[in-house]
Formats: sequence, structure tokens, C-alpha cells
Amino acid sequence: MNGIPSSTYFTASPEWGWLITLYFFFGGLAGGCSFLAALIDLFGRPEDRPLARLGYYVAFPCVIISGILLTVDLTRPLRFWHMLLASNTFLPMFKYWSPMSLGAWALLMFGLFSFLSFLASLVDGDRLSWSGGRRLRPPGMLGVVLAVIGGLLGFFIAGYTGVLIAVTNRPIWSDTPLLGMLFVVSAASISAALMMLLARSLGWTMPGISALLRVDAWVIILKFFVLIAVVTSLGPVARAWLNAWGLLLFFGVIVLGILIPLALYWRRDWLGDRNLTTAAVLVLVGGFILRMVVIMSSEAQ
Amino acid sequence: MAEPMGFYTDTTVCIGCKACEVACKEWNQLPATNGGLNTLSGDSYDNTRRLDGIHWRHVKFIEQFTEDRQEGRWLLMSDVCKHCVRAACLEVCPTNAIIRTEFDTVVIQSDTCNGCRDCIAACPFGVIDINPVSGTAQKCTLCYDRLQSGMEPACSKACPTDSIQFGTIRELRERAAQRVQQLHEGGEKRAYLYGADEKMLGGLNSFYLLVDRPEVYGLPPDPKMPSRNLIPGSLFSLLGATLVGLIGLFHLRNRSTNDREEAQP
Repeated sequence: MNGIPSSTYFTASPEWGWLITLYFFFGGLAGGCSFLAALIDLFGRPEDRPLARLGYYVAFPCVIISGILLTVDLTRPLRFWHMLLASNTFLPMFKYWSPMSLGAWALLMFGLFSFLSFLASLVDGDRLSWSGGRRLRPPGMLGVVLAVIGGLLGFFIAGYTGVLIAVTNRPIWSDTPLLGMLFVVSAASISAALMMLLARSLGWTMPGISALLRVDAWVIILKFFVLIAVVTSLGPVARAWLNAWGLLLFFGVIVLGILIPLALYWRRDWLGDRNLTTAAVLVLVGGFILRMVVIMSSEAQ
Repeated sequence: MAEPMGFYTDTTVCIGCKACEVACKEWNQLPATNGGLNTLSGDSYDNTRRLDGIHWRHVKFIEQFTEDRQEGRWLLMSDVCKHCVRAACLEVCPTNAIIRTEFDTVVIQSDTCNGCRDCIAACPFGVIDINPVSGTAQKCTLCYDRLQSGMEPACSKACPTDSIQFGTIRELRERAAQRVQQLHEGGEKRAYLYGADEKMLGGLNSFYLLVDRPEVYGLPPDPKMPSRNLIPGSLFSLLGATLVGLIGLFHLRNRSTNDREEAQP
């Protein structure tokens, strides 16, 4: 193809920049925290219950931020509702084969579920007085349903963004089907890191924190292998990362966001008290850089 | 539905006059770049640069000359939306702002578009962009308003050499095939049709006669539908979610461990 690695190089940039990068990050946190909170709620120890509440406390503000970022990014923000209702008939606007259409509905539903979980957590944590609130928390049937659906929607929110950019014709994004998987795994890792970080800053010592540490360690190992698979699956298009973006991916994501945190998780005495918090911060920074590199490096083509 | 209509562009007779660009801009009342303060691109005679929200026609100037410029040729091509039978933009549009008309053409309804720009990322030809005046995605409509009044699109009407021809797709394909045969018989064996059959996105309702590889004209050799990644991307995401779920379940489940001691700072 005369030195051009893919037919995707003949397309135009949608100029999805910082707002979308931030959305992918906050959406990942919202989805991942909700999923981890649901896991703790449904299968965890009773003493880890505050950790689950913490997950919901993070998820809802993050989903609100996500909605604002997405709306502001539209060139006609006041028409954001056209994603949900047909503007001429006011009937529901839904295309199951369009990830953006699916995502708009999923974000709305996830927003509703995470709001209910947020409220229920406030009640559960004695921060809000509402008689019906405790029924929205497991082990009550309503609470279980809320946690299951909210957790699954959370995973969808964390991963559909990768599928959305793959269902285009842009370089890198549409040259691999693995970005959704990468974003799901990364969302779990940054969410576990943030929950650990917040729990430690609150001085909590429940066993779930160590469990989250082990989850994060395994998930960032998984992230490393998925990232290698992404680069491999890109084939000749991976040359697009033989530049500053590639350096950022290597040092920012692999070294800073994966290898150093792994080492810190493994050798917990290196930095003493700051070991875990340093590792968690690096995982979060690496997760943000990952999304930045994936989005911006394609936009630069 | 009326018979599918479209353009056949014979690049071998284009003279680069840009009458099509001007006619398109005039009819569709598209604004000038930078309020008319355009700068020269330095790229041959091409100061339009690319198709976008305010340039729905773009005449490309491709200079193929030897270093000493003793030998060479110009390749000229008036580019436009391909009005694909299987249109990527229409497929992904989350608001249904992009519609297929009764002429089998693809039109963006400006009053419905909210500027999410998914269509821009999906178009395999880089045709669509945001019009800064309307704030919505825009591209060639194949002069939908003129077609509804039984008129020919402005660009083909203005083309002085009939490089851009308008008509029913069936008729245009016959005409284009004859032209390729004529060129082959005249010694121009490189002539071929790009997008005239169903193999490329179900057929392009704006197809081309070219005399060099598609990428020389800035056209993708193998344009694809974005949905090719929908199922595999979703399945891999599901696999990722399952693996993360299993890791989470294994470590977060209620069991008797010495986690409490490990959690101490």
C-alpha cells in the first residue's frame, strides 16, 4: 500500500481530545468502582462493607462528571437528548449496532443505578436518614438486584468506550478489536487503586484493602499482557507508536503504571507506609496516560 | 423509491478548473475558509486542501513528475462524498441524523445532528466534518433539494468537461465501462473503475475512473465498514470482564485469611 499500513489512514479526525480522554478515565473509574463494590457487596466479608460503600461514593460523582464531559464535547450540547429520543417523534432513539447509541442508554441506566446505590450507601453509612434506603443494600433482594445490574452496567461503561472507538475507521482504534478488553481491564485496575488509596487515606484497615491490592496486582499483570496483545494485533499500524507516543506508552503506562506498581506491591517494605499509596497513584497515572495515548496518537495520524 | 442516482467522475478529463467547487459552494451557501482570508497551501494548485464541513467538493492536484520535471503528468480528481450503498456514517450515527434518501443517496439532517462526530471517525474516505456555522456534521447532499425538484446537482451541471456526470447508477456504470474500454483500446491500460461494483461497501453511488492506484488519489484501497469490529470487540471485552470478575471474585470473596493482619500499615 505504498508505505501506508492500513486503509484507516485515509480518514478524518473526529477531534476527540481531552474531554473524551477524561471521560474515558472517569467512566472507567465509575464502572470499575461500581463493579468492585458490587463484588464486595455480594461475595465479600461483612467487615468490608464500608469499602463497597466507598466504591459507590466514587462511582456516582464519576458518572455525573462523565455525562457533563460528553455533553460539553458535543458541538451542539443542547441537543444531547437526541441520543436518547428521536428529535422529530420523541420516540426512543436506540440503535443496538451503534456503540455510541448503546453507550448513551447504558450511561443513563448506569447513572440511575449508581445514584440509588450512592443514596443507599449514605443511608447504610449513617450519613443520610431514609427509611427505605437500607432495602437498597444487599443482602436484601432489592439490594442484590441493584448491585448485580449496577455492577454489570459498570463493566459495560468501562469497556464499551474501547469498542466504540474500534467501531470507526480511524488508525489504531479500528485496527485492533482488543481496545475494549484493554479498557475493561484497565478500569478494574485504576478503580481498585483508587479505592485502596481512599481507604488508606481514611485510615481504614479492613481485610478488603489487602484483597484489593491482590486484585490490582493480578489485574495489572493481565493489563500488561492485553497491552502486548494490542500492540501485536496492530501489525504494521503499530509503527504509529514509533515516536513520542510510543515512548509515553512504554514509560508512562508500562514502566510507571504497571512495572513499578507491581514491584511495590511485591516488595511492600520498599517505601514503608507510602508503598501502597505510591503504587496506587502510579496505577491511576498509568491508566490516564493509557487512555491519552490511545486517543491522541490516533488523532495525530 | 426512485432509481438510485449518483455521480460518475472520469478523472482523465478533469482540467482542475474547480467550477464544481464553486458551484457547490454557491448553491449550498457554504462559507469561505477563515472568512475569506485563506492562505496558499503550497501544494500545487490545491488550496482547498481537503473535504470538510464547508468544502463538499475538492479538486485534487497530483503532480507526477521526474526530478528534472522533463517528464510527468497531472492527475486531477474532483473528490466528493461517495454516497456508499453500505454507508459507515449512517451505520454509526446515534441520533439517526444521517438518512438514506429516495435517490439512494446519503444525507445528514442538520437539525437532528448534535455534533458527536462519530460519523467523522467512521467514514472510510474522510469526507465528513463539522461546519463551524451550523456546528453540525456536514457533507455533500448530492444536492438533495435540486434532485427533489428534478434538477441536476450543481457541481455536475457546472463541470465544463463532463468529468463529473450525474445520472442513474445503472446508466452511469454502463457509460463508465464503455469509457474504460475506449481508454484501454487507446493504449491507456491503467484505466479502471473505483467503487463501481458492489464489492466496495455495496457499491459507491459516486464512483471514479482512475489511472493509478487509489492511494495515489488519497483514496483507501480497501475501505471497510466500522461494524467489522463490533462483535469481536464486544467478545474480547466480555472476555476481559470475565477474567477481571474471576480475579475479583477469588480475592474479594468472604473466606478466612490473614487479610486483616496484611492490611495493617
